[in-house]
Amino acid sequence: MKLSSRHLLGIDGMTAEEVALILDTAEGFVQISAREIKKVPTLRGKTVVNFFVEPSTRTRSSFELAEKRLSADALNFSASTSSFSKGESLLDTAKNLEAMSPDFIIIRHSEPGSPHFLARHVDATIVNAGDGAHEHPTQALLDAFTIRKHKGRLEGLRVAIVGDINHSRVVRSNVLLLTLMGAHVVVCGPPTLLPREFDAMGCSMTYKVDEALEGADVVMALRVQHERMNAGYFPTTREYARQFGVNGTRLKLAKDDAIVMHPGPMNRGVEISGDLADGARSVILEQVANGVAVRMAVLYLLAGEPARETTS
Amino acid sequence: MSPPEKSIRVMDADYITRTLNRIAYEILEKNRTLKDLALVGIRSRGVPLARRLAEKLKEITGTVPPVGELDINLYRDDLSRIAYHPVLKTTEIPFDIDDKVVVLVDDVLFTGRTIRSALNALMDLGRPSWVQLGVLVDRGHRELPVRADYIGKNVATSKSQDVIVHLAELDKVDEVVIADTPEGVS
Repeated sequence: MKLSSRHLLGIDGMTAEEVALILDTAEGFVQISAREIKKVPTLRGKTVVNFFVEPSTRTRSSFELAEKRLSADALNFSASTSSFSKGESLLDTAKNLEAMSPDFIIIRHSEPGSPHFLARHVDATIVNAGDGAHEHPTQALLDAFTIRKHKGRLEGLRVAIVGDINHSRVVRSNVLLLTLMGAHVVVCGPPTLLPREFDAMGCSMTYKVDEALEGADVVMALRVQHERMNAGYFPTTREYARQFGVNGTRLKLAKDDAIVMHPGPMNRGVEISGDLADGARSVILEQVANGVAVRMAVLYLLAGEPARETTS
Repeated sequence: MSPPEKSIRVMDADYITRTLNRIAYEILEKNRTLKDLALVGIRSRGVPLARRLAEKLKEITGTVPPVGELDINLYRDDLSRIAYHPVLKTTEIPFDIDDKVVVLVDDVLFTGRTIRSALNALMDLGRPSWVQLGVLVDRGHRELPVRADYIGKNVATSKSQDVIVHLAELDKVDEVVIADTPEGVS
């Protein structure tokens, strides 16, 4: 069993077997983070460039930790401290990075499709760490991994995703992955933040939170992305919280053993209430911990891909 | 893979059972007691062998030594050379190996590279006071200075042959087979 591509550009195009392979492999990496010596020599001598053109704390540190625990050499490259801010084009920057012959480039960029662009032009293995509002495959994989740990499966589960659907790359990757694995996904948000295209992605849509949470096994709240909003999508934050915020009262509609997730960073009291985020059913910090294991699995599997042809 | 051209069965179920019985007694002979002794099987086929040895040791002494499972894939020295990275399984050693006598168990001892990987993996998990090695088959052709403390059977092979161990837990039958690899496959 192997991955069919040597890049991880998105969940789109992956098969259920490939997703299962990554999740199964991640199981083997969980215990490494729990033991005294949290390092294995697997990727010794490999160089990974963390090319983050958009701010990120969680994802970048998670990748960096995954790289270090696999003994790879990590090079951090962020937009604010680079020539990128001096107006260099993406291709020129990438070509310069390539000249340092990295084995991997992990890219976070605000422009959808930039990882695919890079994959066409450089020789390194590309991992998409979030491209605009398009995809964030490793987040979807770690979410699925966390769900599977708690529920033992993905198939047949009802997953409610509530929040700013429009600006979220997390939700796109999650819907693709979860429906691929046989889960039923309901996306919910205010009409201004819930694009119709989700209808075609095999999930249900609703504007009513109560309807979304009814009988859910998993409740995922998404951040209201103020920084991506250049128009008034909803009147006030308070009104949003009242209408779409996930809280203890609303969670009662979900199954008794439903888990609460959030990809972070959270706006406490907006899309999720503080007591819920810290509550017994919250797996938010587990998501962060699992992220390292899942990213180790991705790097491990991709490093084993011998194919050197460029994917188009 | 095409079927082996010629194969010879060198151990059958009964032979394997008698051999493991002997090794269990040898473990006791060498260590006197099971106190602080643990068995760690190298995945995949070292694991059922370690479990069988633990069962036998329980029959003899009344106490069961703890059994762990070790996946050595992350420590292989050929990761940058093999075509696809092998599927990783979990390492499950649910006990502290610090200051323990650890008997590593594997099915076949060949180049010694697996054992080198296993030793590195083990050292990252703790500091055992003594590591011993038990194998069902020693087929020679070492590439590293490794030797086993307990050997089920020494088998003379040529480097191009395959030694295939089947165990009931994983393969429905118990047997050790030597097979000639077809031309062009190594």
